[in-house]
Amino acid sequence: MDKAEAKKRKKRNRLIYRSIILAVMVGAIIFAIVSNLQEDKTIYRVGDQAPDFQLKQVNKNNDQETITLSELRGKGVMLNFWGTWCKPCEKEMPYMQELYPEYKEKGIEIVAVSLDNTELVVDRFIDKYGLTFPIPHDKTEEVRDLYKVGPIPSTFFISPEGEIVEIVNGALSLEKLEGSLNKILP
Amino acid sequence: MKEIKCECGHVNPIGTVLCESCGKPIEGNQHIDGNDKKRLLNMRYDGTARRSQTFNKTFIDKVWAFFSSVKVGVWLIVLALIASILGTIFPQEQYIPINAPNRDPAVFYEAQYGIFGLIYYQLGFHNLYSSVWYMILIALIGVSLVICSLDRFLPLYKALKIQKPKKHKTFLSRQRLYSESENVTDKELKLVKERLAKMRYNITEENGNLLAEKGRFSRWGPYVNHIGLIIILIAAILRMTPIFYFEEYVWVREGETTVIPGTDGEYYIENIDFIFDVHDDEKFSEVLEKEGMVPSNYQTDLIVYRADTPLPGAEPELKPILEDSVQMNKPLEFDKFTIYQSGYQLNEFSSMTFAIQEKDNEDNEFGSFTIDLTNPESEYELDNGFRVVIDQYYPDYYLDENGVPASETNYPRNPAFVFLVYPPDENAPEISFVGIGRNVDATGENNYKLGIQDFDMRDVSGLSVKYDRSLPFFGIGAAIFMIGVIQGMYWQHRRIWINPNNGKVLLAAHTNKNWFGIKKEIEIAIKDTNITMVEDQQELDKSS
Repeated sequence: MDKAEAKKRKKRNRLIYRSIILAVMVGAIIFAIVSNLQEDKTIYRVGDQAPDFQLKQVNKNNDQETITLSELRGKGVMLNFWGTWCKPCEKEMPYMQELYPEYKEKGIEIVAVSLDNTELVVDRFIDKYGLTFPIPHDKTEEVRDLYKVGPIPSTFFISPEGEIVEIVNGALSLEKLEGSLNKILP
Repeated sequence: MKEIKCECGHVNPIGTVLCESCGKPIEGNQHIDGNDKKRLLNMRYDGTARRSQTFNKTFIDKVWAFFSSVKVGVWLIVLALIASILGTIFPQEQYIPINAPNRDPAVFYEAQYGIFGLIYYQLGFHNLYSSVWYMILIALIGVSLVICSLDRFLPLYKALKIQKPKKHKTFLSRQRLYSESENVTDKELKLVKERLAKMRYNITEENGNLLAEKGRFSRWGPYVNHIGLIIILIAAILRMTPIFYFEEYVWVREGETTVIPGTDGEYYIENIDFIFDVHDDEKFSEVLEKEGMVPSNYQTDLIVYRADTPLPGAEPELKPILEDSVQMNKPLEFDKFTIYQSGYQLNEFSSMTFAIQEKDNEDNEFGSFTIDLTNPESEYELDNGFRVVIDQYYPDYYLDENGVPASETNYPRNPAFVFLVYPPDENAPEISFVGIGRNVDATGENNYKLGIQDFDMRDVSGLSVKYDRSLPFFGIGAAIFMIGVIQGMYWQHRRIWINPNNGKVLLAAHTNKNWFGIKKEIEIAIKDTNITMVEDQQELDKSS
């Protein structure tokens, strides 16, 4: 009787030790995977709330002095990062201007954040394409870092509730742009 | 399943091949270690039971048994190798060339590499090394390391601890080194024993049976070095978390203050001055004449600020927390970060001074103005009534594929301008294109031209900001690994059994490596005695 019991206990102990060791290792692996994914949390993805920022607005055709993203709640926001030296950015600007008046009426705001070093080149660019939407100037690239924007152009389509609905890297065609704007109508 | 009781009286766990006490081969289990096919006994784990092989009831046991197989471990490593190779077929996402037409991975791979590129992207291989399944694969290798080690180490430790000097005749005769001797006196045995003791063997004696053993600790070497490997793996996993590892690179221009990316706008760096020195010591003059310029110092004088920003992009309130110099190979520390002087860019234009000159007579000047390239004005009014308007400014001028002037980058590396010059009281401007080494009068009818009178340049510092708290763990893991390697490789585990049996003296010996050495020591121990030198029975198995 005693021997059988001792054996049973030994078997159970072995099971416990093995289970604990496996559990610890599985736990460590899950921790590592989750941390790795968490790290990407600082990158804002579709479904996340768009982080707030405030920048000086430099387009003289638009009378806003600063742009604060949170103040645009209730409107669909097309947040576009660009620079005058970037060719694909230049390509999509006319399309943005073409659709702006119509969609402004429908409750959309186009916020084109310029990463240029100087205001002068931005002014000239605005004159060249007759742009009327607000253009905040991210001279220190702090907002670029906030949104972890890499290559430009990069566009975040944000819903009226402040949620990132779509992220597009690369130039937008007219049809694609209109489709995406329709997605964020209030 | 019953445990096995050997004829010597010792009870062995299930799956034991050689009795833990006397070494007698246990019937029915010899196939486990391959002893049924060989003349010599498999002594790799002293014939102990690898319990995972025989105890397979629950799911946990089955998982354990799977990972305790070295074959599985090797396959995992091979898989990891193949997976790593896959990541090199096409460039990973972060290495997509900067000048590719479209850098969006969803477009780039198919556009550049066709159908294979599309498959590559859809399988997620463009981000292979940080993918979940790759991490799991590496983690499984770690699990295999742990379970393989535990499964072998524990039984071996126990077996070596409880081994007795008296061994079964079969055990002795089937060792690689074996001899039988007759007419051996007690005095001779005592002499052998003393000689072995002098060679630093630990002698255990029981009823006249002798076990001389040394270097047992060397057997644990491989397990120690595997512990080191496991620690390194843990360090690698920890390094994937932001708590342990952070690295960012920031370019700061002289005179400017820039935010350190990745710190949530909490830290700023101001570049006071970038210093680039070359060697100019007299004693090197001959070499320097041949070699040209040899740098001696790269240094940035900087200030680090902590910011109290209410909102990203808004004007931050900066508090200086460090003012010092960072030199190449002499990093700077603040809070939890370390700054390294990492890169540089010399001579970016920071301002240019232009003089308005008569086109055909350069010496006739009509005033000058200075453009601050960090903040150029739209229009410059001179005292004498001249007005110059910047119609276009190209910080980094080039002609694009359509022959149209454009700027290649955001930085004033090759500034060029289209100027509209309004002479006093005139409404019609003259158009001039001015760049470095370029001065173009488009119409050919201009009276005035703009000449570069002066310019200022500034440097840009490339600073690497990082912390890596996993390094001590790597260090400890590597150190333990080396200790384990040395422990296992430098010494050998040697055992010599001397068992009197029916009037004869049986001598057998075993070692895990360096058979030559142990044979030499046996020779010394039995010199001038009636004990026969051992025969190396290895050939017996080789012929079969």
